Amino acid sequence: MNDSEIAEFECFQDGSWGSSRLPDVHVDRRDFLKLLGGGLIVCLTPHSAGAQESGRGFGRHELPKDVAAWLHIAADGKVKVFTGKVEVGQNIRTSLAQQVAEELRVPFDSITMLMGDTEFVPWDMGTFGSRTTPTMGPQLRTMAAAAREALMAMAADRWHVDAAKLTAADSRVIDPAAGHSLTYGELTRGQNLVKVVSGKVPLTPATGWKIAGTPMPKVGIRDFVTGKHKFPSDIVRPGMLFGAVLRPEGFNATLDSIDTSAAEKMPGVKVVRDGDFIGAVAPDVYTAQQAVAAIQAKWTVPEQPSNANLFKVLKTATEPGGGRREGHLTGSVEQAMATADLKLEERYTVQYIAHTPLEPRAAVAEWNGSNLTVWTGTQRPFGVRDELMEAFNLPESRVRVIQPDMGSGYGGKHTGEAAIEAARLAKAAGKPIKLIWTRREEFTWAYFRPAGLMEIRAGVHRDGRLVAWEHHNYNSGPSALETPYEVPNQIIQYHPVKSPLRQGSYRALAATANNFARESHMDGLAHAAGMDPLEFRLKNLTNPRMRAVLQAAAGRFGWSNARSTPTRGYGIACGTDKGGYVATCAEVEIDPAARKIHIRRVVEAWESGAVVNPNGIRNQIAGAIVQSIGGALFEAILFSNGRILNPHFAQYRLPRFADAPQIDVVLLDRKDLPSAGAGEIGIIGLAPAVGNAIFAATGTRLCNMPMSPSAAVPGEPASPLKC
Amino acid sequence: MSEFVLNVNGAPLHVNAPPQESLLFVLRNHLNLTGTKFGCGEGQCGACTVLINGRATRSCLIPASAVSNAKIVTIEGLDQNGKLTAVQQAFIDEEAMQCGYCTSGMILAATALLSKTPHPTDEQIVAAMNGNICRCGTYPRILAAIHRAAEARRGERAQLTGGAR
Repeated sequence: MNDSEIAEFECFQDGSWGSSRLPDVHVDRRDFLKLLGGGLIVCLTPHSAGAQESGRGFGRHELPKDVAAWLHIAADGKVKVFTGKVEVGQNIRTSLAQQVAEELRVPFDSITMLMGDTEFVPWDMGTFGSRTTPTMGPQLRTMAAAAREALMAMAADRWHVDAAKLTAADSRVIDPAAGHSLTYGELTRGQNLVKVVSGKVPLTPATGWKIAGTPMPKVGIRDFVTGKHKFPSDIVRPGMLFGAVLRPEGFNATLDSIDTSAAEKMPGVKVVRDGDFIGAVAPDVYTAQQAVAAIQAKWTVPEQPSNANLFKVLKTATEPGGGRREGHLTGSVEQAMATADLKLEERYTVQYIAHTPLEPRAAVAEWNGSNLTVWTGTQRPFGVRDELMEAFNLPESRVRVIQPDMGSGYGGKHTGEAAIEAARLAKAAGKPIKLIWTRREEFTWAYFRPAGLMEIRAGVHRDGRLVAWEHHNYNSGPSALETPYEVPNQIIQYHPVKSPLRQGSYRALAATANNFARESHMDGLAHAAGMDPLEFRLKNLTNPRMRAVLQAAAGRFGWSNARSTPTRGYGIACGTDKGGYVATCAEVEIDPAARKIHIRRVVEAWESGAVVNPNGIRNQIAGAIVQSIGGALFEAILFSNGRILNPHFAQYRLPRFADAPQIDVVLLDRKDLPSAGAGEIGIIGLAPAVGNAIFAATGTRLCNMPMSPSAAVPGEPASPLKC
Repeated sequence: MSEFVLNVNGAPLHVNAPPQESLLFVLRNHLNLTGTKFGCGEGQCGACTVLINGRATRSCLIPASAVSNAKIVTIEGLDQNGKLTAVQQAFIDEEAMQCGYCTSGMILAATALLSKTPHPTDEQIVAAMNGNICRCGTYPRILAAIHRAAEARRGERAQLTGGAR
């Protein structure tokens, strides 16, 4: 290895992993280990036999195959941590580094997280489901704690003292009795040490945290305010050209005829055809897009559902018997409903909505012989690698996917379409290709948050106790389908459906839909029973965590003094999923003449166990509140016969500055509980809280999300309100 | 293709691009100034905002060849010798971002606002910034950052004029 390559690796330390300054695209992992230089490598292998083992000379060995994560402590004390998780704006680059620094007893800024590069990080399923904090967090902490213990054992050996008498702080092992210390670098200098951890290692309890648990600012934030950070769409490779893809006129279309001759005549253009895939490359974006526009293609698009018959389709297209049917039956809902003093039955709907990450799907693909490297924005770098291996019939060793910290995803970037398309174009062009989806493509050829139909019927005893609860979800999913309330008789059922539109993950999945339905229904029951909605919930809740967030939100909001009027409504809702507990209070202003609503104030209480980074969580919760305004009030994909009718920001309204209410986040820090993820579930409280506030002010129950679209969604009753 | 010169961040830069190519793609793909972002290409999201003669402008809708006589400032041209502007520093201090993809456009829009309206009210900020989308929903933090930047600039001006009083 020459000096220049080593110098390039040093670029890692600025935190901009995956930038165009990375070393040559195919580096053997063993060479990489050599490049790291001397020091200590610690690997975590959850499945390995034997408690702990260690060895020397990593330069000659591959890492264990089933390693979950690994870290390297260099002679200068710098720590590199390798994980397959990716940073998409949820701030785990910061919060994971905090946890490693905590257990390793090193300064926060000595940690560099290397993430989402399939060549160097351990395999990971992907970054979704709020799993990073509850799973990767403890794994990294275990690894870091084991590294600290190994270093202390090394110092004990050197000093001939009992390791139990030593302490570690600030990248040093200290012998308090003897009054001397050695830095981690001094302990490992000149050696290549490997330690494999597979057993349990005692972790520092949250009550003793000094770096974790603090509001650490986002790592590398300066590069975001100077434009230096390289997002996936910013990657530049030598000789790179730009691509564009011909899209069918609609979903499930068949190509009848095609004439590419005009496009082929354009200077600098190469038209690429590979089966059904048709695209063009050119030296600039404008020419590439002009070339695709010049291709004459005729398509036949079959008849397909539209918004107008969406819920009829969802109700009748259920997969009978087959498919996943999560749910349960407790007691007898029929009998309980027969004796209930108060009954309420209602139907709730949510429309398809788009993730619309501000950075569209993007990829830069580069072939080097039969080796393929793709820089792309994805929550699943290894999943995209699999897709590329399959598309090009390549072995794992020949495909590298690099995920630079990207312009968000919200569950929308699990798949590798742009990566495969860029790789196809690059293969045909013999040059690296950058492909950035247009906004229209992003709206049309990605996948959507599922639409859903929720049917609920419930019965209440005259004293306010729930006696029966039946909740069916068609299509949108089983997340947060279970009721957190105490009900002796329940039927809870998820009905999978063959969706008319392509659908997939979205922040919080179906928890938004199910919680909207359930919390709207709870509100309706409370009003029907003549009870305060908070009191009614508390009467039917025993879970102390749910009760705590409800009371915290209500207290900060001033719920007990909130009296709704026809022009100002106050609503409350709560919910839980994935270990996060949320309660939301909303104040809504209504202009009866203009039929307009505006969300003025939101208080949201949040609890997800021990807080790793209060700054990060507050940002996530406030952001989730703002983002959820769109789905609650105005976002809906309009579609008909395989075509998206509103694939532009001018036609698909998103929350903007003027929509943002005053937001107050009440953060409950349960240091006695394990940390859960906080990136998703903060989104599920707003819609029902707002719907309930509208009901309190107007007496009208809005059961369909979006609740106040600027124009009626076909198939839905027109809302009495608009935004 | 046409050849022209753009004045970007105080430097004359030679460009050879199709005359219809947008300023956004010329900045990003011909001049390697990738700090300006593509969000929609339709002038609806503000991710591509740059300053043209001091005005916040959507670079995705303007052919680059049409602004060859204008003074263009991109996110890369704000800090001077490593010193961040008050707006950049305020975005750091308030951590007014999550993924950071909208940040360049937000900072340039806010810079234009403060140069015209040094002490904006909440309403003035909302009116000036409403064309810029943050999908992560950090609007309240951005609002706070703009107020903070306005205060910092007031402080700087007070220091500069302090001796004269």
